Amino acid sequence: MPLLELDSVTKTFGTLVAVNGVSLRIDSGAIAAMIGPNGAGKSTIFNAITGIYAPTAGRIVFDGKRIDHEPTYRIAASGIARTFQNIRLFSFMSALDNVMVGEHARLRARLWDSLLHTPAQRAEERETRERARELLAFVGLERLSERYARNLPYGSQRHLEIARALASLPKLLLLDEPAAGMNPRERQDLIALIRGIRDRGVTVLLIEHDMGLVMELAERITVLDHGERIAEGAPAEVRRDPRVIEAYLGAPAP
Amino acid sequence: MIYIYFLAAIAVVVVAERVPSVGAKRALYAALGAALLLAPLVDHNDADYNVLADAGVFVLLALGLNIVVGFAGLLDLGYAAFFAIGAYTYGMLASPQFGIHLQFWVLLFVAAALAALFGIILGAPTLRLHGDYLAIVTLGFGEIVPQIFQNLTAYTGGPNGISALDFPSFFGHSFGQRALPYYYVTLALIALGLALARNLRESRLGRAWMAIREDELAARHMGINTTLVKLSAFALGASFSGLGGVVFAAKLSLVSPDLFQFQVSVLIVSMLVLGGMGNIPGVVVGSLVLTLVNSVVLPQANALAGAVGLHVDFSSYHFFIYGAILVGIMLFKPEGLLPSVQRREELRHATAPQDVRA
Repeated sequence: MPLLELDSVTKTFGTLVAVNGVSLRIDSGAIAAMIGPNGAGKSTIFNAITGIYAPTAGRIVFDGKRIDHEPTYRIAASGIARTFQNIRLFSFMSALDNVMVGEHARLRARLWDSLLHTPAQRAEERETRERARELLAFVGLERLSERYARNLPYGSQRHLEIARALASLPKLLLLDEPAAGMNPRERQDLIALIRGIRDRGVTVLLIEHDMGLVMELAERITVLDHGERIAEGAPAEVRRDPRVIEAYLGAPAP
Repeated sequence: MIYIYFLAAIAVVVVAERVPSVGAKRALYAALGAALLLAPLVDHNDADYNVLADAGVFVLLALGLNIVVGFAGLLDLGYAAFFAIGAYTYGMLASPQFGIHLQFWVLLFVAAALAALFGIILGAPTLRLHGDYLAIVTLGFGEIVPQIFQNLTAYTGGPNGISALDFPSFFGHSFGQRALPYYYVTLALIALGLALARNLRESRLGRAWMAIREDELAARHMGINTTLVKLSAFALGASFSGLGGVVFAAKLSLVSPDLFQFQVSVLIVSMLVLGGMGNIPGVVVGSLVLTLVNSVVLPQANALAGAVGLHVDFSSYHFFIYGAILVGIMLFKPEGLLPSVQRREELRHATAPQDVRA
């Protein structure tokens, strides 16, 4: 059974059809990628999966349950975490606090516990902090844990977003252009990091423009153009697909 | 004499927040607490405690508003409404108005709960609003609530309000006309308020508030139910001013609509801005400085002016004076007198671009 399944998902904004009948299956434990030229509808699909937009038509099923029309916070709590194309960290909170916020949905503390700092709350806070430190170490930021998110270098901010997303122990991690703006060295670290995440049992779906990275990392690739799926398959197949070549390079000269 | 209390308290907080050692900080606060508790052994002037109890009420209000504005980032310009609700709770349920005479101590809880409930009721319609729009709507609520109290004449005594409220009593000892018992009540409530505010800041809920303040959309992606979390900020913030309202009404033995005008909301926001939004010690300092100006410096300036034959009413210039203080703060120390580290950073980087696209 696939972990995530999109069934003919369509999203329109007024007369603009951003996503047109796209179907997609992501198997558990995979690293999958979605590629396509700017405006192909990739981010719109991410936003539909996380409940920012309800699809105009079609169904989204995650882990056996329909999630289209669920609110974002509930989808997040059910096991989908994401990063953003334009980094959206909690700028004026420490790196550690950012990751601790990521654990929010896993924590049991009720209003009463937060108000009175009950023994259960204290124990939970200690564990939360400990896990957050482990995650920061996993992405290589353990030495920057007290720094404000906005004061971290760009590459570290991208890593912090990933640590924050992992804090909820998601089943599925959506990465929106994780390699954007990275230098070759940071990019290599990122590839290792994403593999490490998959080895932790997290399924990964990424949007990326860096073709080299996608071809190296992804097992399945979905190609979108003008809101429609034009190809789907293993990297080698997709690379040879004439429709993909046309979408990226334009139609061959007659 | 009264200056000593304010200046000592302000100095202790400012110094304690600057010392690096946690032990020294605790010792300073313990000494301040002990001094405030024992002061009545030395100072027998009840007028001092009258001023201090009022100051205490405002510290409590500032701590409550700080939860809404400082922690959760929801700019509320109608906070005096909840203060009014607390005060009228005491006015209507502990007075000859309806012949109901509930205990002061019971009404503290009732008023806190009622204020929290109204925090939710008034907060709910504003959930989708941000920044300036939220400020304008809350400002409207702040105007509506005293208007309602003014016009429900049959229940609230209209513009005259309700007077001859019951004196609270403690194990059979009536507070009477003295201010000293109220001084102790406000000390206890401030201690409670400080502990709760600090606990909240270091908790799952507190982190969720700050996450919403920083980026609401990202917060939702962390599994935070922003509706619930915002309403809890409105409710908890309001409950503090419910408590403040009961003490204020009981001490004055009077409630009337003109005590809760817009200027009270402005005063409390000014306290936060002055002291340093989001930072608990800063908020305490801000509220002490402004109550000192308001209830000590201005009246004395009037007396002084009168003594040299000038007839100037400095108290009527209080808005001018807050304004001057705020402009000064914005020019020279925009993060407030005693800001949280976060707030200081934020205002140092105020010109940096913020990307808000999804």
